[in-house]
Amino acid sequence: MRIAIASGKGGTGKTLVATNIFYILSERGEKVTLVDCDAEEPNSKAFFNTKEISESQVIQKVPVIDSDICTFCGKCVDYCSYNAIFLLHDRRIVRVMEDLCHGCGACLVACKMGAISEKEVSLGTVSKYSVNSESTIIEGKMRVGAYTPVPVIKASIKKSNNSEIVILDSPPGTSCPFIHTVSSADYILLVTEPTPFGLNDLKLSVEIVRDMRKPFSVIINRAGLGDRGVYNWLETEKIPVSMELPFNRDLAAIYSKGEIVSAVRPDVKNKFEMLTDSVLTIWK
Amino acid sequence: MQGKAGKKRVIITENSKKIINRNIMKVVITSTGNSPDSLLDSRFGRCSYFVVFDTETKGTEYIPNSNIDSVEGAGIASAKLVASRGAEKVVSGEFGFKVKELFDSLGIQLIIVKERDKTIKDIITLIQK
Repeated sequence: MRIAIASGKGGTGKTLVATNIFYILSERGEKVTLVDCDAEEPNSKAFFNTKEISESQVIQKVPVIDSDICTFCGKCVDYCSYNAIFLLHDRRIVRVMEDLCHGCGACLVACKMGAISEKEVSLGTVSKYSVNSESTIIEGKMRVGAYTPVPVIKASIKKSNNSEIVILDSPPGTSCPFIHTVSSADYILLVTEPTPFGLNDLKLSVEIVRDMRKPFSVIINRAGLGDRGVYNWLETEKIPVSMELPFNRDLAAIYSKGEIVSAVRPDVKNKFEMLTDSVLTIWK
Repeated sequence: MQGKAGKKRVIITENSKKIINRNIMKVVITSTGNSPDSLLDSRFGRCSYFVVFDTETKGTEYIPNSNIDSVEGAGIASAKLVASRGAEKVVSGEFGFKVKELFDSLGIQLIIVKERDKTIKDIITLIQK
């Protein structure tokens, strides 16, 4: 089973939820993998003592244009959907904008002169860490300056294929990185906070997961903060709330020290146990 | 935003007026509309119109920006449009990182105007001073 922990708004507590569910399952001896899909700033690993097992590069091919052979006809530019080739016919200038290239290879097909070859560039890394004999963490890390984290996210998720239970810690937002993460999930937990900001972004993410026809429920973090907007909306939309965590300084302090809240606070652990069981019941 | 290769980029302020050299042929200005009273468009790649001003004939041409709806790389596509028109200077409110590098390498000067209330007419007046 693949469970994605996602939210529209950043800082709602995705990693808090993902790491605690993972902690509970790994303590139970389950074959579980936590995939940190927040490739722009991964931090799930920071909460566990890990040992690195492997690291691999995520490679993309980009075109190299030989300007001695190039006739500056502009066909490659017409074929490119991403404006990744800059060409001025009259000045005989051609340049590949590597950051815009998606590596589709269309320009190679377009060029009848054989002026285009390909080279490999790294988009980031996927690392695998062991936590205990059954549980592992996979971390996608985008190269600084790379145009999109999506290929790194895809490669990270692919690496978790042999695990029975996979927890996907999604990147924030509701754009491509979020969509790629949740689209591979069997169940989605959307984490929000009871504020107008939380509600606005929750609505955006609910719209998307409904479009994908994915089963989901909502976790309200920092309950007690803000207003009743989120609660009222969830009631109108008949969306189940699977857990509430209180707005509490003690929890924030434990988390910010890089500790698993469930390991320190039995009351919170109990909540996460019940959450984990209820999500697994849907699957079994 | 001011670039690192400062010598090629100038910021126009109310007080500095002799920043643009004489003997230029063509200056491109990003515009929100297709008249001299339109405001300068603060975005380069996704501006509404490009105004091509010929400093010799004093003629202006308004070109609708077909790259405005590009999913990606609007800046690069717009840079191509501007460069292929033979522009030597480009006036806008902001240039992206990729576009700055590209224009630098092509020897096209970027002029950043921060004032929000400048019309195309105002900019053309400044250019001719």
